[in-house]
Amino acid sequence: MAHLTPTPVLEPGQDRTMILNMGPQHPSTHGVLRVLLEIDGETVVRLMPDIGFLHTGIEKTCEAKFYQQVVPLTDRIDYLCPMTNNLCYVLAVEKLLGLEIPPKAQWLRVLLNELTRINSHLVWLGTHAMDIGALTVFLYCFREREEVLRMFEMVSGQRMMTSYFRVGGVALEPPLGFFDRVRDFAGYFPERIDQYENLLTGNPIWLMRTKGVAKMTAEDAVALGATGPTLRGSGVDIDLRRDMPYSSYEKFQFKVPVSQDGDVFARYMCRVQELRESIGMVRQALDGMPEGAIKADAPGVVLPDREKMKTQMEALIHHFKIITEGFAVPAGEVYQAVESPRGEMGYYIVSDGTAKPYRVHMRSACFANLQTLSKMCEGHLLADVVAAIGSIDIVLGEIDR
Amino acid sequence: MPLAPAITDLEQLKNHPAVARLVGWNAAGVQGVKFDREEMTIYVDRGGIREACALLKDDPACPFNFLSDITCVDWYPAEPRFEVVYHLLSIPKKERVRLKVRLHSASPAVESLTSVWPGANYFEREVFDLFGIRFTGHPYLRRILMPEDWEGHPLRKDYPVEGYR
Repeated sequence: MAHLTPTPVLEPGQDRTMILNMGPQHPSTHGVLRVLLEIDGETVVRLMPDIGFLHTGIEKTCEAKFYQQVVPLTDRIDYLCPMTNNLCYVLAVEKLLGLEIPPKAQWLRVLLNELTRINSHLVWLGTHAMDIGALTVFLYCFREREEVLRMFEMVSGQRMMTSYFRVGGVALEPPLGFFDRVRDFAGYFPERIDQYENLLTGNPIWLMRTKGVAKMTAEDAVALGATGPTLRGSGVDIDLRRDMPYSSYEKFQFKVPVSQDGDVFARYMCRVQELRESIGMVRQALDGMPEGAIKADAPGVVLPDREKMKTQMEALIHHFKIITEGFAVPAGEVYQAVESPRGEMGYYIVSDGTAKPYRVHMRSACFANLQTLSKMCEGHLLADVVAAIGSIDIVLGEIDR
Repeated sequence: MPLAPAITDLEQLKNHPAVARLVGWNAAGVQGVKFDREEMTIYVDRGGIREACALLKDDPACPFNFLSDITCVDWYPAEPRFEVVYHLLSIPKKERVRLKVRLHSASPAVESLTSVWPGANYFEREVFDLFGIRFTGHPYLRRILMPEDWEGHPLRKDYPVEGYR
């Protein structure tokens, strides 16, 4: 709630325009986004997003928690890609500690992150199509998303707030039958993407609502801090998974979809192709999954196995110490960025050498991407604002933190 | 993988593209450097941050053309109390660099980067909102996450976690 009343933008003699208030309770704003619009007839003259309705002070809360207690908070930032946030946070802490992660844990993280990307893009595709008027796609997308959520439930016990990654590895060995289930899903999912595309990509109504709408040039996108498909839809070829690899991404083969058009359709195509690339990476992760431990050998940082706790005094002591006192992290600072489904998700963590982070800052991709909305919409029709909001794929929980 | 100690000697680091560019521009404006955990940090004089960023953005050898993030760290009660942190990314060279400006609590103000990157707008508003740092030359410096009539700046260290009651 940055500003309750719109700043007066009407000047004498300009009384052709009116102020329209869209949201915060509006079905197409994907949460609680309020958009102030100055319109002249059907044309948007000025657009101003108003955010902060979901601000919960997560960055402040982190400063009062042990390092391992922050993991569940990171889920709640972006509820559509919890694993990506988990990953970014644990990678940052591992970098602060100088921890080496066993290959199996790294590959599991990649596998789950790509499933998360599929989950997130499916919600985006369903709701974006629904905003524009194609209601059926939503039902198909949520059918597959349900399956992904069930797989999350299998590994972590939770459908959405997974908290599955730990500093030093992952929480548990995946249960029996998990990999078979993922393989099954990877088998039929490409066909399902064809189904979505059959409904949309050649559909004349869809094309009219998306082609040439809400255009943005590459220069504008870079200057405004856009990342992810919002940036790649404007022709800038950068993907952190390929260009600054983390968590073994350099061992995977994938293409980075880029489109030159910079309109809603270009961003749509980028994301749909990313779905295909992601399912390919899931298959690669299944085929090449290394054997071995799922946690690093770092007794003071990683919780010991339950079995060891029952037989070894040392393990019991470590468990007790980690739970009650946390683990100290050497002083320093890191900025770790990962490619989330929405763009560059970054964690900046400052440690003062104690068991609680001195400062945790989340660089949210949507927060920066939202700034492009004015550029996309000003001078265009009011009805296209809905398409533009959908095309940058915002999650308000991540914007407001 | 044990941690390597941080390097803070300017002589050893002068070959890094960002350091070379900034030292070549104004050696007095570079207050210090740090290379720790594979990450480069450059401490820049408060008055020169906008110019330094514009210079790095247009560097022909390694253009840091993308502003990833702006944030702040409060070192209360130490002085200088605030560190405003800028993360730049070079899209062509895939390099990152971190710039820092130290500010005293008496006048926590620094020049805005909105004229270099319009995308700095929201980040600076957030830092203003949560830390009370003023960005001179910002077109619309108002609270962004907290309500307009909120008192205090929640991410300062002297602000209690439960808020004022």
